[in-house]
Amino acid sequence: MIAPVPILTAEMIAQIEALAPRYPNRRALTLPALHIVHDALRQVPQQAVVEIAAVLGLAPAEVQDTLTFYQFFHQEKPHGKVRAFVCRSISCALRGGDHLLEHLCHKAGVKPYGTTADGELTIEPAECLGACDFAPCILANDDLLKNLTPESAEAALKQVQAKAT
Amino acid sequence: MPPFKPVLLEAVGVPDGNTLASYKSRGGYAPLEKLLAEKQPGDVVEMVKSSGLRGRGGAGFSTGLKWTFLPKDHPGPIYLCINADESEPGTFNNRILMEDDPHQVIEGIIISAYATKASTAYIYLRYEYPRSWNRLQAAIDEAYAAGYLGKNIKGSGFALDIYLHRGAAAYICGEETGLIESLEGKRAWPRIKPPFPAIEGLFRKPTVVNNIETMACVAQIARRGVDWFKSIGVPADPNNPRDPGSYGPKLYCLSGHVEKPGCYEAPLGITVRELIDQFGGGVWKGRKAKAVIPGGISMGLMTESELDTPLDFAGPGKVGCLGLGTAAVVVIDETVSIVDFLHNSCRFFAHESCGQCTPCREGTSWSLRMLERIKAGKGRLKDLDLLLELGNTMGMMPGSTICGLADGAAWPIKNAIKKFRGEFEDSIKRTNPSGWMVTEPVPALQIVEAH
Repeated sequence: MIAPVPILTAEMIAQIEALAPRYPNRRALTLPALHIVHDALRQVPQQAVVEIAAVLGLAPAEVQDTLTFYQFFHQEKPHGKVRAFVCRSISCALRGGDHLLEHLCHKAGVKPYGTTADGELTIEPAECLGACDFAPCILANDDLLKNLTPESAEAALKQVQAKAT
Repeated sequence: MPPFKPVLLEAVGVPDGNTLASYKSRGGYAPLEKLLAEKQPGDVVEMVKSSGLRGRGGAGFSTGLKWTFLPKDHPGPIYLCINADESEPGTFNNRILMEDDPHQVIEGIIISAYATKASTAYIYLRYEYPRSWNRLQAAIDEAYAAGYLGKNIKGSGFALDIYLHRGAAAYICGEETGLIESLEGKRAWPRIKPPFPAIEGLFRKPTVVNNIETMACVAQIARRGVDWFKSIGVPADPNNPRDPGSYGPKLYCLSGHVEKPGCYEAPLGITVRELIDQFGGGVWKGRKAKAVIPGGISMGLMTESELDTPLDFAGPGKVGCLGLGTAAVVVIDETVSIVDFLHNSCRFFAHESCGQCTPCREGTSWSLRMLERIKAGKGRLKDLDLLLELGNTMGMMPGSTICGLADGAAWPIKNAIKKFRGEFEDSIKRTNPSGWMVTEPVPALQIVEAH
């Protein structure tokens, strides 16, 4: 059997190990490790789960259990270059959050949680983003887009897409 | 009441208010140095206990008292976890504190760690706050460089490390034992208590979990004193021996249908109407409020006629709400259908139930399915009774779940149906003229986007 090409790079493993002194055991590194891989690949494939488990001295099932609990991590396919969380909780919903989500999905031609065919954009409904003073709002990568209308949201998303690599 | 000057929010709008230099110029960290030189940890616990500070994360438990639950003379380690997983819909005060005045939070953490003899503090920060992450990390780095963190802080012999730990978008991580499980690298399933975290918490060691705003209050108590803190807010009710009072300033998050949404600081005990009118510029578009969420969606609903209720720890409970919660006030104007409100609430809790306890997992999920059915014009009057039955049976209070998430899911259901039953019935009869009276079981609609 041919061993698969490793997914975790030496750099990722170094990043994980750099955090190890912060915790008294290695299992606590699970979420940080998942974030490190997800930040780099926009997904954590099953093979990466096996490799993370090997690095942390855990069973792959333990890492997979944690991963699947948090809906945050994409596994089968990477999310788009821009991941837009559209808030649908109460403060945003009162100011048009649901409509915003519907509009953006329609424009992008995807269903909620879907990614455009070119892999540029993923649109996901989100529960409260903690920015109710700017409702309705979107968190697109690290940018908080505030006080949106369907039109201004499209323009703001395009700006985030332009600088995304 | 004399005009109130913001204290916790003093750095908001100050240029570079998030930097160490700015914080020190406003008097920051001097109280910490004085305290480390003059006070024993036990004195600090006593100070916070006597201030009457109650936790700002939602439950309103006495902070000082929580600290006294730690075992005496424990060989360590003792852990301090700071709950920055602010996810309650409508709430964003922790974000403002972390972004605009992170050093105030850090000074509070150092003081609290000194009091509890913790040498490691983890800040569990929700994923959705990248800006808070950057600001906090920069502030932590500055604090290390200035000798406020690390070994032998300012020659006191006290050592503390603060680490940021990133969450992954799960509401349940705001529950203190869910947070602990998540920090340990597991799914965030809340633990059965006892043992409480003070006895056996993070990594099976004694642990205190406190909220970000609580930490800011601790810093201000150290700076301005217990008497100052107790001069603000609502004193204990002499006729109620179980009321410890509601002291100090509070950050109120105002959002929804108001002219000026925002985070405002006021003494505990301001009424909802005062908050909306004096800070929020009134209900938007000149409309009237139909209902108001007093403290995050899980606290339930107030009607327009209940808006003179004071927002202290005892106030919202007097009109049937769950409590003050996070003091996040969300205004819902008269044009909103109460069915839509409850659908939104049920969708949130169905999505965020962690799935550990059956009454919560099934109860939140079925309440959403019934609301979907009502919204789709297939509702029956019987559904209102079924919803109330769910609301009355799921949660810690009826004793059917481990944590309070289900109580938070139940309260909006119970309040909405009790206070707006007529509107629900009208809506069901209008949208389902041929089937509203059916009482035999009917199938749920298929939910397309439950998650």
